Amino acid sequence: MSAIVGQPVDRKDGRLKVTGAAPYAAEFFQAGLVYGVPVQSTITLGHINNIDSSEAKKIKGVIDILTYKNAMSLHQTAGGDPNSGKFSEKDLLPLQSERIYYNGQHIAVVIAETFEIAEHAAALLRIDYNEEKPVIDIAQSEAKTYRPQQGLGGGSPQLKRGEADDGLDRAGVKFEQTYTTPVYHHNPMEPHSTCAYWDGDSLTVYDATQGVFGVQNLLANGMGIPKEKVRVISPFIGGGFGSKGFTWANTFLAPMAAKLVNRPVKIVLSRSFQMFTCAGRRSSTIQKISLGADSGGKISSGKHETTSETSFVDEFVEQAGIATRILYDLANLDIIQNLVRLHRGTPCPTRAPGEAPGTYAFEVAMDELAEKLNIDPLQLRLINYAEKNPFDGKEFSGKNLKWCYQQGAASIGWKDRSSKPGAVKEGKYLIGYGMATATYPANRSKASVKLKLYADGHAVAACCTQDIGTGTYTIMAQIMADILGLPMDKVEMKLGDSLFPQGPNSGGSQTMATTAPAVRAAALQAKSRTIQLAIADKRSPFYQQQEADIIAADGKLYVQHDQARQETYSQILSRNKMEWIDADATTDVTLKDGQKGPENDQAKKPAENPFAKQDEKMDREKYAFHSFGAHFVKVRVDSLTGMVKVEKISSAMDVGKILNEKTAKSQIMGGAIFGIGMALMEGSVYDPQTGRIVTKDLADYHVPVHADIPAFDVQFTDMPDYNISLVGSRGAGEIGITGITAAIANAVYNATGKRVRDLPMTPDKLLA
Amino acid sequence: MYPFTLVKVNDTAAAIKSASGNEHAKFIGGGTNLVDLMKMNIEKPEKLIDLNRLALKKIEKLSNGNILVGALVTNTDLAYHPLIRSHYPLLSEAILAGASPQLRNVATTGGNLLQRTRCYYFYDTATPCNKREPGSGCSAISGYSRIHAILGTSEQCIATHPSDMCVAMTALEAIIHVEGKDGKRIIAFSDFHSLPGEHPHIENTLAPADLIIAAEIPALGFAANSTYVKVRDRSSFDFALASAAVALDVQAGSVKHARIALGGVGTKPWRALAAEQALIDKPATMSHFELAADEELKNAKTTLYNSFKKELAKRTLISALQKTGGMV
Amino acid sequence: MILYVNGVKHDLSVDPDLELLTVLRNNLGLTGTKYGCGEGACGACTVLINGHATRSCITSIGSVGGKAITTIEGLEKNGSLHKIQMAFLAIDAFQCSFCASGMIMSAVSLLDSNPVPSEDAIIKAMNGNICRCGTYPYIVKAIHSVSKS
Repeated sequence: MSAIVGQPVDRKDGRLKVTGAAPYAAEFFQAGLVYGVPVQSTITLGHINNIDSSEAKKIKGVIDILTYKNAMSLHQTAGGDPNSGKFSEKDLLPLQSERIYYNGQHIAVVIAETFEIAEHAAALLRIDYNEEKPVIDIAQSEAKTYRPQQGLGGGSPQLKRGEADDGLDRAGVKFEQTYTTPVYHHNPMEPHSTCAYWDGDSLTVYDATQGVFGVQNLLANGMGIPKEKVRVISPFIGGGFGSKGFTWANTFLAPMAAKLVNRPVKIVLSRSFQMFTCAGRRSSTIQKISLGADSGGKISSGKHETTSETSFVDEFVEQAGIATRILYDLANLDIIQNLVRLHRGTPCPTRAPGEAPGTYAFEVAMDELAEKLNIDPLQLRLINYAEKNPFDGKEFSGKNLKWCYQQGAASIGWKDRSSKPGAVKEGKYLIGYGMATATYPANRSKASVKLKLYADGHAVAACCTQDIGTGTYTIMAQIMADILGLPMDKVEMKLGDSLFPQGPNSGGSQTMATTAPAVRAAALQAKSRTIQLAIADKRSPFYQQQEADIIAADGKLYVQHDQARQETYSQILSRNKMEWIDADATTDVTLKDGQKGPENDQAKKPAENPFAKQDEKMDREKYAFHSFGAHFVKVRVDSLTGMVKVEKISSAMDVGKILNEKTAKSQIMGGAIFGIGMALMEGSVYDPQTGRIVTKDLADYHVPVHADIPAFDVQFTDMPDYNISLVGSRGAGEIGITGITAAIANAVYNATGKRVRDLPMTPDKLLA
Repeated sequence: MYPFTLVKVNDTAAAIKSASGNEHAKFIGGGTNLVDLMKMNIEKPEKLIDLNRLALKKIEKLSNGNILVGALVTNTDLAYHPLIRSHYPLLSEAILAGASPQLRNVATTGGNLLQRTRCYYFYDTATPCNKREPGSGCSAISGYSRIHAILGTSEQCIATHPSDMCVAMTALEAIIHVEGKDGKRIIAFSDFHSLPGEHPHIENTLAPADLIIAAEIPALGFAANSTYVKVRDRSSFDFALASAAVALDVQAGSVKHARIALGGVGTKPWRALAAEQALIDKPATMSHFELAADEELKNAKTTLYNSFKKELAKRTLISALQKTGGMV
Repeated sequence: MILYVNGVKHDLSVDPDLELLTVLRNNLGLTGTKYGCGEGACGACTVLINGHATRSCITSIGSVGGKAITTIEGLEKNGSLHKIQMAFLAIDAFQCSFCASGMIMSAVSLLDSNPVPSEDAIIKAMNGNICRCGTYPYIVKAIHSVSKS
C-alpha cells in the first residue's frame, strides 16, 4: 500500500473543469429566471435627489427597478466570528437610503427579461444628485489620520517590545525609508455573481463566495428570516483571493430583486467598473521603516509605521506591519497602524492581507540595510534569525527557514550575484538577483464533517466549506482514501452547500488545515465503527481481533499480521443489513493566542468523536504557528527602456506536510505570480479631481499574462507539523505572495542600481 | 448596448448605398473595437452594415511592386503573410505586438485604421470628453493622464492613438484606397488621420458613407531592415506607453534613408520626419541616434502624469534604431 | 438565424444585437464558455469560429450565422476528452478553472495550426488568455506535453 496523501493525484473535479461542466454561481437556471443589472453612483459624495426611470421603463422587457424607495428594509448583519460571515460595509446595507458614500456605490437594480434589456435600460436611468466635496486621496489635506481601535491582529494599533526609539538613537548604523503601495484589485476571473429565488418564505441563493456558511448567516440576519429558511449553494468558485471572503451588496441585491418581482433573479457584476468599485480591493499603504543595527549586522531596533485607507461606512485595516513582529529577532520593535477614511468603497482582505505589502516594505528595507552595512542580504537575515517567536519567546510549531534559504540560494545561483548593483550586463540587458523572506500565519479553526460509508464500498463526506481552486475536493478525498483504504474513485468530498455541517470560510489559508482534521476524524470513526461491527460478529474473520490490528488498504480490511483474514466494507455492511455507516466529526481549535486550550473551555462540549478530540490540541500557550519560506529571484532589465522581465523564481517553502504536490506547487507559483503583478504592473488609480475609478477594466488594470512568467523552481521541506494537527499540514494559499515583491524589487536594484520605493515598478520609474 | 439593425451586403456599392444619408449607420468588419465601444454605450449606431461578404480579403502584389492589402484582411493574415514578413518586418512585428491572437484573428486592416483611443475618460460615459461628446470638456487634461499623448495634442484633447499597425503604416507611407458616393479615391496615410485640434471627435478625413477598400504598401527595399519596438507595462497584450517603427538603410556605416514613426505618444500615428531628417547622411552611431530622438521629441508637451513619456519615447526610438542600425 | 454549434444546427430567433457569448450561455445552455470581462481583454469567452480562436463576448450573433462554432462542450468525442483536456487534467493546468475553457480553446486553435509549437510560440499564442490563479507554468507545460506526443 502506498499513501495517496502526498501524491500529485489529479483533481477529483478535474474532468468537470476541463469540460466546462463545473457549475459556477451564475450557471443555475430556474424557470422564469430574469436578470438584474445594478446601477451605480457616478458621484463620489452626496445624495440622490431623484431617479427618473421613465425612459428605462418604456423598454419592452423591463420588469421593475429596485431602488432605495421600494427595497425591503435590511437589518444589521454584524457578526464577530469571521466564519460567520462579514458584510463588507456595515454602515451601508444596500439600497437603504439616498445617501452616497462613494463613486460606484449601487443605487438601483434594473430587472428585465434578458441581460441585454436590463443593461440597456440601466443606461437610460437619469439620476439627479446633490454633490458634496469628497475625501479622495490618502495624501489629500482633508484626509485625517487616526489610530483604529482594532488595529493589528484585531487588537491595539500599536505593538511594542522594548524601546525602539531609544534603540534607534543608540544604534551605530541607522536606516530609514518610506515605501508606498497602490490600491490593488483582486480580479478573480469569475466576477461576483448571485442567483436567488424565493419559494414562499424560503430563500435559495447561488453565490460566488469564499464563505457559504457566512452568507447564509448574513442573509438570515440581514433579511430577518430564520437561518433554516436560507440555503446557500456554491459548489465552484472562479477565484476569490479575498474579494469573495467578505459579502458584497450583490449577494443581497439578488434576493431583494427576486422578492420585488417574484421571479428568480441573477446578478453578475460587470468587470468594467463594477468589479473595480464594489467588490473590494487591497488598500494602498504608506509604510515608514526605521532600522538600527551594529556594524556586524545585528539589528537592535526597528519601527514599522503603516498608514492605510478605509471607507466612511466600515473599517478595514491593511495591517502591513503584522509580519514584522515575527520575522527577525529584534530586541526593540515598534509597529504602528494608522488609518485614513476615504470616499471609496471599503477595502477587504486580499491574498495575504497585511503581509503582502508589509513584507514588500520591510524586506526591501532589509536589502537596503544590508547594502549600507556591506553585508550579503541573505547573511543579514541569518544574523537576525529568530529561533523563537521574538514577541513572546514561544517555540515555533515548526520552522525550517534555514533550509529554505539554503535551497533557494542554491537554486537561483546566489553565489553568482554581484554585490555591486548594475554590474552584470548581457547585451542591452542588466541582470540582477534578489531575495526575501516569506511568512504567513498557520491558521486553523473549526470544521464539522459528516461522512457516509456505503455498503457498495464508497464513501462520501460533506462539509460546508469551499474549493476556491485550491484543491479542497481533491485533498480531502485523498485523506479519506488513505484512512478508509479506498481508491480515489470510491471517495468523494462534497462542499459548498449550507445544508452541510459548518466548515471554515476560505480565508487566511485555513481551509485545508481546518477541514482536513475533521475529515480525518470522520473517516477514522467510520472505519472504526465498521471494524467494531466485525470484531463483535462471529461470522466475520475479524471476530475477536484487536481493532488496532486491522488495517484498511486496497479497498479491503486486513488483519495486519494475518493478511489472509480480510473482508470488504461491503461484506461487513451487507451482513449487518446496513446500507451505510454514519460518521461525523467536529474539530475546533478556535481559541486565540493567550486563551486557554479548548480542553479547559467549559462552554465547549467534549467531542463525541474520540478521533476528533485527539486532534484538537493546538497548544497556543506553547507554540507560535507560522509558516516561513524564501523567494530568490533573477531579473533582466532592458537598460534603455526600463522593462523588467523576471527570469527565474526559486521558492523554498516550509508549510508542513505536502498533501498534494501538484496543487501545493500551483499555490506557491500562483502566489508568486500574483506578486509579479503587484511588483511590476498592477495598481488602481482614481481620478485626482473626482475620485472615480480610472483603471476600470482588464485593459487598463494590468494583471500578468503568459509572457510575464518566469521559470520556476518550487521546493518544500515537506516536514509534517504535528503541533498544528495530526494531518501535519499548514496552509499554502497565501505565503507565496509574501516576500516576492521585495525579492523582485531587490533584484531590480541589484540589476540597475535604481531603488524603486513606490510600486508598481513600471518602466517609467526605471528611466531616471 | 443600444439596439441596432444589422444588414449584410454583397458588394461595395451596396455597402455605400446602405450607409448613404444615414449618420447613425456604421460599417462593421471584425467588430473587435466597435462592439466593445457599443457595449460601453460610446458608439450607438442604429444600423450596422456587415462587410464580411465583400471581396476585400486578398493580399496581392501589384505590377509596380507595391502590395495591396484588402480592407477585410485580418491582422493575423497580414502579419503572417510571407511578403509582409520578409519585406516589411516592422509591419508584421507591429501587428503582432498588439492585442491578442483571438482579437487579431478577426480584427481587420480597415477596422484597425479606424481604431479609437483607449483614453480612460473616452471610455467612461459618466465623465466629460470632447471626443465622445463634443464641447463637454476634456477630463484627461486635468485628470490622470499617464497613458496620454505628448505629440499633436490640443487644448481639447490629449487622447493617444492606440494602433500599432498604423504606426508601421505611416512609416511606410501607405496609401488608403477609399470608395464613396462619388467613386474611388486614394488618401495618403499622413492625410488620413486628423489631429484633434478644436474638433477631436473628427478622427480622419473620410466623408460620410466612405468605405475603406484597401491599404497599399509602397515598395521600399530597405524596409526589409526594419523593426517595431514597443514598451508597455506588461510583456504582452497591452497598449504602448511608447513604440517606434523604424526602417533604416545603412550603407558603409552611414544612414542613407530612414523611415521612422512613433506610437503611444501621439494623438495620431506619429511620423517622425524630424528624426528622419536628422539621421540622413549621418553615421549610424549612438550619438546620432540620440540627436535624432532629441530632435523629434523636443516639442513634446507633457502633463503632470506623463512627463516620463518624452524620455521613454526617445529611448524606445533609440532602441529601434540600434536594432536596425546593426548595433544590437 | 441558423447557428452551427459543436456540429449541431440551431434555428434561433434572436436579435442581432446579442453577443455570441450570451446566446451560447443563455439560449443554448452552453455555460462552459465564460464571461470574464465583456470586452475581449481576458480570454475566458474564447470559442472557435471556423477553427479560429475568437472572443465570443465581442462577437455579434448576426456575424456568425452559418459559421461553424466550437465551444468547450464540443471537444469531447464519444466520451473521450480531447488530448488538450487530458493534458490540462493530468498536469493540473488550472485552479479555479474559470479561465480553463478559454485557455483550452486557444490551445486547440494553436495546435491545429501549429502542431509542434516552440515554448515561445505557445506563450505568444496564449498571451490573450488571463489566468488570475497564475497557473501559467502548468498551462505551458500541458500544451507542450501534447505537442510532443
